[in-house]
Amino acid sequence: MSAPNVRVIPCLDVADGRVVKGVNFVDLVDAGDPVEIARAYDAAGADELCFLDIAATHENRGTLIDVVSRTAEACFMPLTVGGGVRTADDVRTLLLAGADKVSVNSAAVANPGLINDLAQRFGDQCIVVAIDAKRVAPGQWQIFTHGGRRETGIDAIGFARQVASLGAGEILLTSMDRDGTRRGFDLELVRRVSDAVPIPVIASGGVGHLDDLVDGVQLGGASAVLAASIFHFGQATVAQAKAHMAAAGVAVRL
Amino acid sequence: MAERLAIVDYGAGNLRSVAKAIETVARDLGRELQVIVTASADTVATADRLILPGVGAFGQCAAALRALPGMEEALERRVLEDKAPFLGVCVGMQLLARRGSEHGSHRGLGWIAGDVVRLEPADAKLKVPHMAWSPVRLTPAGGAHPALRPLDDGGQAYFVHSFHFVPADRAQLLATCEYGGEVAAVVGRDNILGVQFHPEKSQAYGLAFLRSFLEWKP
Repeated sequence: MSAPNVRVIPCLDVADGRVVKGVNFVDLVDAGDPVEIARAYDAAGADELCFLDIAATHENRGTLIDVVSRTAEACFMPLTVGGGVRTADDVRTLLLAGADKVSVNSAAVANPGLINDLAQRFGDQCIVVAIDAKRVAPGQWQIFTHGGRRETGIDAIGFARQVASLGAGEILLTSMDRDGTRRGFDLELVRRVSDAVPIPVIASGGVGHLDDLVDGVQLGGASAVLAASIFHFGQATVAQAKAHMAAAGVAVRL
Repeated sequence: MAERLAIVDYGAGNLRSVAKAIETVARDLGRELQVIVTASADTVATADRLILPGVGAFGQCAAALRALPGMEEALERRVLEDKAPFLGVCVGMQLLARRGSEHGSHRGLGWIAGDVVRLEPADAKLKVPHMAWSPVRLTPAGGAHPALRPLDDGGQAYFVHSFHFVPADRAQLLATCEYGGEVAAVVGRDNILGVQFHPEKSQAYGLAFLRSFLEWKP
């Protein structure tokens, strides 16, 4: 029996309808246009795309919706959208615009019951819970919200179990210690969460080398790996990442 | 008059992606096709081709579909009697079954004998939902099917589901994928097709499948 394919997911941080810091892995007319970048990743064979609205202000919501709907018109691939999602209406609007999955973060931490409500209404498979975790002691991680600025005192592993039982379809797990460091995933965290829940876990935060992607799967047990800068700035293409993973024995769609 | 394809809108998720994918394919084929997203039984009753999408839970989708006045009857007439080409996608495929067991037992359309049951991969390490690109293998019946024959056997499609269709008649199982056991990827008979994966999200393979569906003359 062959192992299922691991998904490779480029993530775009979006603010006010523009990709933060831009992307320069291919000749783009507009390196900050999320739709054009999405098209390029679609052509490059990315398995999914993720848009995170890092500004996520109420006033700018329309801009994000517009980006999502224009992307969905041009790219026939799975799209996860997150950032500032608080209510069932927020989820519905994004799904109708063309998102396949919606990721919920701070609002789920403040009110885990929201996950149950959303899963009932829209189906488990489209509700992703984004967990931002920071190591607070050896073998112990806590949830941080508001972009990692706000401590909650909530145990990350326990919370992962809780949202899985409430109907989350997937967990997007970001190590706040590793995010942006390019030192690789927090593999112990990925492994602990992955072993704790029956649903897929996307490892995120810290990818600096293609070996990190392999480790996230083989050592962390992740079902998918998410990365940003390694792809955006031309260090590796999605195809190179997949070839590297395949050579190391990880099942991927080539 | 242009051919009319109706996508049944019963409030279950992302119809826009399905409509856009179909429009893209029709344009590539140089085909004059009017794509109508509709909740109207009258529109369904006169459409040349039909797509029943579906995202969410079986029972909720079945209830929402039946809440549209006259819709189930219109679908039955158009598909079972008039033999209009029909495609069910994801939960829209599962609804073809007699019964679904997601959050209780619910009656499906019953067009293809079988039940929809929870995925229970033999390998306990496999996660549910099955959320992955998986190779779609044609069965002998699928290999002989005019809408499936043009596809790459083993081409990869995007799956997202926790329940799966177990057909009672193996002859109606047209393609499978593997996820800790055999999973129905495509079922069908006569003018009816159902796909568990999302063709509208499966890049080149998905568009090739939709192209084939549009060209299919059962």
